[in-house]
Amino acid sequence: MRALKSVGVRVGRRLVASVPALLGVVVFTFVLMRVLPGDPAVFFASGPNAGQAEIQMIREQMGLDRPVHEQLIRYFSEIGRGQLGRSMTTGQAVVADLRERLPASLELTLVALILALGAAIPLGILAALRPNSPLDHVVRFVCSMGVCVPTFVSGLLLIYVFYVVLGIAPDPTGRIDIFAASPPDITGFLLLDFAITGDWEGWRAAAGQIILPACTMALFVLAPLARMTRASMLAVLGSDFIRTARSIGLSRWKVIVVHGLRNALLPVITITGIVFSTMLGANVLVEKVFSWPGVGSYALDALLGSDYAPVQGFVLMMALAFVVVNLLIDVLYGIADPRVNVE
Amino acid sequence: MSATLKHAAWVLRGNPVTALAATGATLLVLIAIFAPWLAPHDPILSNVPMALQPPSATYWAGTDQLGRDVFSRLLVATRLDLAIAVSAVGISFAAGAVIGSFCGYIGGWLDKSVGRLVDVLMAFPLFVLAMAMVAALGNRVENIVIATAFINLPFYIRFARAEVNVRRNLGWVEAARSGGESHMTIVLRYLLPNILPAMAVQISLNLGWAILNAAGLSFIGLGVQPPTPEWGIMVAEGARFITAGQWWLVAYPGLALMLTVLCFNLLGDGLRDILDPRMRT
Amino acid sequence: MTLLSVQDLRVSFSTRRGVVEAVRGISFDLAPGQTLAVVGESGSGKSVTAYAVTGLLDRAGRIAGGKIVFKGRDITGARESELRALRGAAISMVFQNPRAALNPIRSVGRQVMDALSAHNSLSGREKREKALDLLRAVLIRDPERRFDAYPHELSGGMCQRVMIAMAMACEPALLIADEPTTGLDVTTQKTVMDLLTKLVAERDMAMILITHDLGLAAQYCANVAVMQEGVLVERAPAAQLFQRPQHPYTQRLVAASPTPRSTVQELVGEPPAPPIIRPPERPGQAPLLEVHRLTKLYDGFKAVDDVSFTLRAGESLGLVGESGSGKSTISRMVCRLIDHSAGDIVFDGQDIGDVKARDFHASRFRREIQLVFQDPHESLNPRFTAFDAIARPVTRLLGVKDGKELTGRVEEAAERCGLPRNLLGRFPHQLSGGQKARVGIARAIAVGPRLLVLDEPTAALDVSVQAVVLKLLDDLRRQDGLAFLFVSHDLNVVRMMCERTIVLRQGQVVEQGDSAAIFDAPADAYTRELLTAIPHFDPVAA
Repeated sequence: MRALKSVGVRVGRRLVASVPALLGVVVFTFVLMRVLPGDPAVFFASGPNAGQAEIQMIREQMGLDRPVHEQLIRYFSEIGRGQLGRSMTTGQAVVADLRERLPASLELTLVALILALGAAIPLGILAALRPNSPLDHVVRFVCSMGVCVPTFVSGLLLIYVFYVVLGIAPDPTGRIDIFAASPPDITGFLLLDFAITGDWEGWRAAAGQIILPACTMALFVLAPLARMTRASMLAVLGSDFIRTARSIGLSRWKVIVVHGLRNALLPVITITGIVFSTMLGANVLVEKVFSWPGVGSYALDALLGSDYAPVQGFVLMMALAFVVVNLLIDVLYGIADPRVNVE
Repeated sequence: MSATLKHAAWVLRGNPVTALAATGATLLVLIAIFAPWLAPHDPILSNVPMALQPPSATYWAGTDQLGRDVFSRLLVATRLDLAIAVSAVGISFAAGAVIGSFCGYIGGWLDKSVGRLVDVLMAFPLFVLAMAMVAALGNRVENIVIATAFINLPFYIRFARAEVNVRRNLGWVEAARSGGESHMTIVLRYLLPNILPAMAVQISLNLGWAILNAAGLSFIGLGVQPPTPEWGIMVAEGARFITAGQWWLVAYPGLALMLTVLCFNLLGDGLRDILDPRMRT
Repeated sequence: MTLLSVQDLRVSFSTRRGVVEAVRGISFDLAPGQTLAVVGESGSGKSVTAYAVTGLLDRAGRIAGGKIVFKGRDITGARESELRALRGAAISMVFQNPRAALNPIRSVGRQVMDALSAHNSLSGREKREKALDLLRAVLIRDPERRFDAYPHELSGGMCQRVMIAMAMACEPALLIADEPTTGLDVTTQKTVMDLLTKLVAERDMAMILITHDLGLAAQYCANVAVMQEGVLVERAPAAQLFQRPQHPYTQRLVAASPTPRSTVQELVGEPPAPPIIRPPERPGQAPLLEVHRLTKLYDGFKAVDDVSFTLRAGESLGLVGESGSGKSTISRMVCRLIDHSAGDIVFDGQDIGDVKARDFHASRFRREIQLVFQDPHESLNPRFTAFDAIARPVTRLLGVKDGKELTGRVEEAAERCGLPRNLLGRFPHQLSGGQKARVGIARAIAVGPRLLVLDEPTAALDVSVQAVVLKLLDDLRRQDGLAFLFVSHDLNVVRMMCERTIVLRQGQVVEQGDSAAIFDAPADAYTRELLTAIPHFDPVAA
């Protein structure tokens, strides 16, 4: 009970503390977007021959004729009403666009993270249990390689091997085959939606589409996760309380699992949070390579087209995601480590 | 100093991988300098009849859609890719080390708020930030350097802060204070030299990351423009042909990127071993 | 019959400098119920011996020769599973630094239950009951409530009691305690050691106590073995060993250990020096240092609470107390390394408390007040040679820029501190602990201060080195007429070094006065408690 309460207090404090950071991020991107070269009004006018009057009208419509601080206040009041403006390229409200695309990015990131954690934690632990053994060297080598191959290269090579040469992967475009029927939109996560409706054929097709991009992402984050697991397991195994556990005659597995592993996973929790929020937006490149309709490629297209609103919306969403993920990590950590509650 | 060298030699003997990485890094620098004279073909001149040739005795890494020799382009690109990474890392290292050490030394609310800011920045999709910066500042190579330097900065600040924080209250820092040293001197002459070795490791690891970042930016069409040979652009151009089976357009620049980054990363790990075997991960 | 027999044991470690022998052929026997203290300075191989017996050597170490026989069975090359059956059940250990030796994220009750279940199959209820009994046996108040506590919620002494409960859980025949009270306060040390020896005696267990403290060894063990550089040089009943040490090393060690009556000169085998005679004070002359109602707040908590004292020129004043007494905080405020929250610090008639700690480096009083730090390993910049370490303050504070004059000053200071000239070019990692301590002292005296603040200057040193360093400090004070503010947790050291003493507890002054008076006839109950808690081997005092 006491632990729960203190976790609650910490979450509350964290929420309050994150407000200035969020505001800062919004203002920063807003200003950055205003420095972008080119006049979006010209860009979005009906054509190259659009008259001065039309451009002026668009400027007024977008509020571009007001001073920057006034635009900023307007933007804030819009955010307060849950509006993030309208995308000029898709013609839709940014909120709607993001809502449509976020599940794709989330699904991809989550699958990749599960793959990466599923491989990294066992590998890191095994390597730590036998430092300098052949297995340890293999793990360290794989980790070293993993971070060296840029995702856009490994993604393309995976496509070449599994799609072009072996022919076992589907056409690497999007989340689902263009001719296949998509499932009813329940969660937005295709794998979940197919599973809920019991459409296992569709599930397999969606899984086939997601596996290559997910592996590409997983490969890249495998290294930091495995490295951290290995390092923290090594540190824990060398610590005094492990010696104590051995000195009272506990069996080897009990020493490793009960006393070693739980302690070793604490730093892994923290780094997983960082890895997740980074992956969510930073894998613009993977989304581009696999034509994945996620938020990253959406922001990229908007950015290249001088389209303010989607970029600002995307950045705000990333900041929110960062806050949420951090809260989750805090709660998890608070449950896993009794020490944090004292501060 | 000779003791350090001896120790380095000892580590290198027992750690051939690091020796190999050091050799590789040296080789890369040499290629970057002498590439124009080493390249067997002209890297820019197109030769359409010879387009999309697979690797052969004449064209070791094949030719691209304009018939240019991929191998020559790879060699020539080394200079630009390394230059971008080295200057970006250099800028962020110099700024980050100084900002970080001063914050760590002064402590208090300044240190706390810088620490929080850095944490927020680091958890942010930095690549997207770099993209936005290049888009805002203009699509030029200098701006790639600036953007890459900017997104590297938080790592150096954080690192320097942490390193200074653990030393700030050690006896020798307080001894320097009671020896009448000014705060400026303590940071610049006492603390910085002590954290430099650890920072060197960070630099080496970061170089690889900076190369990947710059290549990623060019891959999506920001920064370096064709026909300049650059590894990221070469991959981007090759991507169109991958489903048609012309793998060499992606694989060789990819390999160049990978080997370069690998060299610097292994070198960083090796440096860490030389400095402190306990930090080995 | 012998319980444990160690025969010509050799233990080697593979390090980057090749194979190093930490234990070089030691032999001893231990009968059931016997207590043996293994005493030695750092690097003597005393702990390694213990880990070799229990098979807990780390990866780099291995038994290179000899035999370990436990209850008639040779366990030298025993397999891990055999050793595991012995650990906890027949041989158990108590470690130093109890906080770190307990799993930080597992409740202490569960950890005691772990120890029980390693060798018994008990039901959950029985285990819990027995664990509670054990916690009661180690005198943990309110064990039901403490059962679910985590190590960080308990004091160091409490954690050590939990460790003892775990070690006792399966009633082993032999308990090995490796520096069980190092890092604990002296009063806590006494309660923990009293408890440990009582439980061992009640259960008729044998005990090996590994310690660097001769007093502790003598007070709690019947037999004492002395180790030096991996060799056991002497073994004898405690009283005999301390009254008539045979081996030269033992003799030196016994002499160097401070007792309630020894003098600094005796520690290094010299005749006592005459008392210091200072010229009589002129009436109206201000004291060198006057601290008035000094207070330090940390987040509303009073670390130092209304402390006042004076220090005359050339006088030596000791600040003693346990951890949390505020003694180090006071010394750092006087040195102007940290700011005080209230009160005055008057040096030579000038209020130096007005100058902010962060600006004090530019004050003209900076050279007058110098500091000698606690841990010699941490008090020298790893990137500076010994010469630079001493020369920097001379340049900064005395403005000596001329190379020749600077070299002269540095060499003079080094020579006065017994630091050979050829060591001046070395970096800290190339110096021994004692040499580093000398560099630290030379750095402080090189600028000619009038007040030297010493913050536990010998706490990290071995006794024999401590003896030499204390003597050096005493000589310097006599020669230069330096005033000392001497901070220490070691009452014997303070008594030897200081004319007057202040006893502190939780930031407040408990008692102050002439050292002789305080140590011979303490007025306050807390002072008396501190004094009786010091372990000693002096048969007359005991």
